[in-house]
Amino acid sequence: MTAAMTPALEVRGLCKSYGGIAVTQNVSLTVAPGERRLIIGPNGAGKTTLFGLIQGEIKPDAGTIRVLGHDVTRQPVPERARVGMARTYQIINLFTRDTLAHNVVLSLMGLMPLKRNAFTALAARTDLYDKAAALLASVGLSHRAQHRISEISYGEQRRVEIALALAQEPKLLLLDEPFAGLSQDERLIIKELIASIPSETAIVMIEHDMDIALDFAEQITVLHYGQLIVEGDRNKVVNDPMTREIYLGH
Amino acid sequence: MRRNYILLLALLICLPWFSGEYYVNLASQILIAAIFAASLNLLVGYAGLTSLGHASYLGLSAYISAWLSLRMGLGHAVTAPAALLLTTLIGCGFGWIALRASGLGFLMLTLALSQIVWGLCYRWVGVTNGDNGLSGLTRPSPFGIDLGNSSAFYWFVLIITVAALYSIARFVNSPFGATLRGTRDQWRRMSSLGYNVWGIRWVTFVFSSFLGALAGLLYVYFNKYIHPSVMSVTVSAEALLAVIAGGSGTLAGPVVGAALVMLLKNYASAYVERWNMLMGIVFVFIVIVMPAGIVPGTLALLRRLRGGPR
Repeated sequence: MTAAMTPALEVRGLCKSYGGIAVTQNVSLTVAPGERRLIIGPNGAGKTTLFGLIQGEIKPDAGTIRVLGHDVTRQPVPERARVGMARTYQIINLFTRDTLAHNVVLSLMGLMPLKRNAFTALAARTDLYDKAAALLASVGLSHRAQHRISEISYGEQRRVEIALALAQEPKLLLLDEPFAGLSQDERLIIKELIASIPSETAIVMIEHDMDIALDFAEQITVLHYGQLIVEGDRNKVVNDPMTREIYLGH
Repeated sequence: MRRNYILLLALLICLPWFSGEYYVNLASQILIAAIFAASLNLLVGYAGLTSLGHASYLGLSAYISAWLSLRMGLGHAVTAPAALLLTTLIGCGFGWIALRASGLGFLMLTLALSQIVWGLCYRWVGVTNGDNGLSGLTRPSPFGIDLGNSSAFYWFVLIITVAALYSIARFVNSPFGATLRGTRDQWRRMSSLGYNVWGIRWVTFVFSSFLGALAGLLYVYFNKYIHPSVMSVTVSAEALLAVIAGGSGTLAGPVVGAALVMLLKNYASAYVERWNMLMGIVFVFIVIVMPAGIVPGTLALLRRLRGGPR
């Protein structure tokens, strides 16, 4: 298999249950490099659990996870970032006491040996802060770079979430409900922002709101009670009677 | 700001020339307590890990140095590095155990570990001389300078304090220090950004125990005597109080807090019999008026008085 054909993400037979409740049941999916994949499903379908499993915060009971050809099933969370995976969170968790620029710098340093340096002043590394400013400009927040996270709006915080993920130039990006809680205007900004992500980055997005997310997706996966119900391109999934029944409700 | 620090340092250097021996000794004790509180602040303020067992490192280092010199007859050139090294190694182990948890679990584990060491000190009479403590110790005389003299000892402690605080400042302002604060504020995020959160905390724990050991060494030099009570939870709690009262997560906070505790203990107790109650009242007052601590609270107050943004 050539490097270009190695899937960005390959999940095989993934299972997870809590007590007697199976939240992920034998899920398998393959995401090609650069693909835009949408995962939808009603509340409690196991979308966020699936993300947690892929990212490593939750340990699977069975199955394997490969990211860009690396078997990361038993790897800890930080190792997966090193392989080229980044994520955003549904519930924003940024460094609220720090400036936007410092937030991005922390993300940049995550994959640099510099992070182990305990002797030199971080503030002297203006190259890093310049790079952070450029990244913030790319999400339209350069004027806010020196503000603290606690001083900016919720919609702007969503954009910082994405800037943090993009700072590591991931090959696989997991977006967990990036439109949650946003106004219509803010949704459009985020939508454009996601559309501008380089095409080499494969994106897997969980979204509740189908209207905004459908345009984004090339491939759609529908989850229901932890099971993969339908998978395919946009037309196939939208017109599938199963999707209509369990997700659209008619 | 830097000019103020230099002025303060100049004032501290000159102290023995214009004050009596009592105050010079008190100042030495304050500086030792400041190193100890500052080392604890690395965990409490910068790592967000509240330890209630920091006295272990102070006590272990003091006991190891005392035991090596009394029982093995070794000189200070050997006992000092040996005490620092062994205590830091114990810190490696204790950190490995205590960092199985964070939050309240971490606090309980540090407390439990320190209680074990404290109990051992009381009961292992053959080594520690139990409740009688170890006495008959001496101060070192580096480069032929007799530290038995209280002014000389004060300057010695001042040099080490400046070095310790400087190294802490370098540490917290470094890239590693930034990642440490990151793990305090959002450890899940740090982990997903590729940081080994456990490793960052452990390295900090070890550095903190090393500085605690340094304070212990100075403590035993000052008192020339060591008793198990130095390992008690009261000593750990007093340091924690100093950190919180002064301002955790700031460089100057623990120093101010340690000075306050020491002054209340030594100075106020001469005038007020119930000085423990006085200390309690003072801390309740601080927590109500300046919840972030004296240093951040005073800085905020000054900014407001100057009419600047809050």
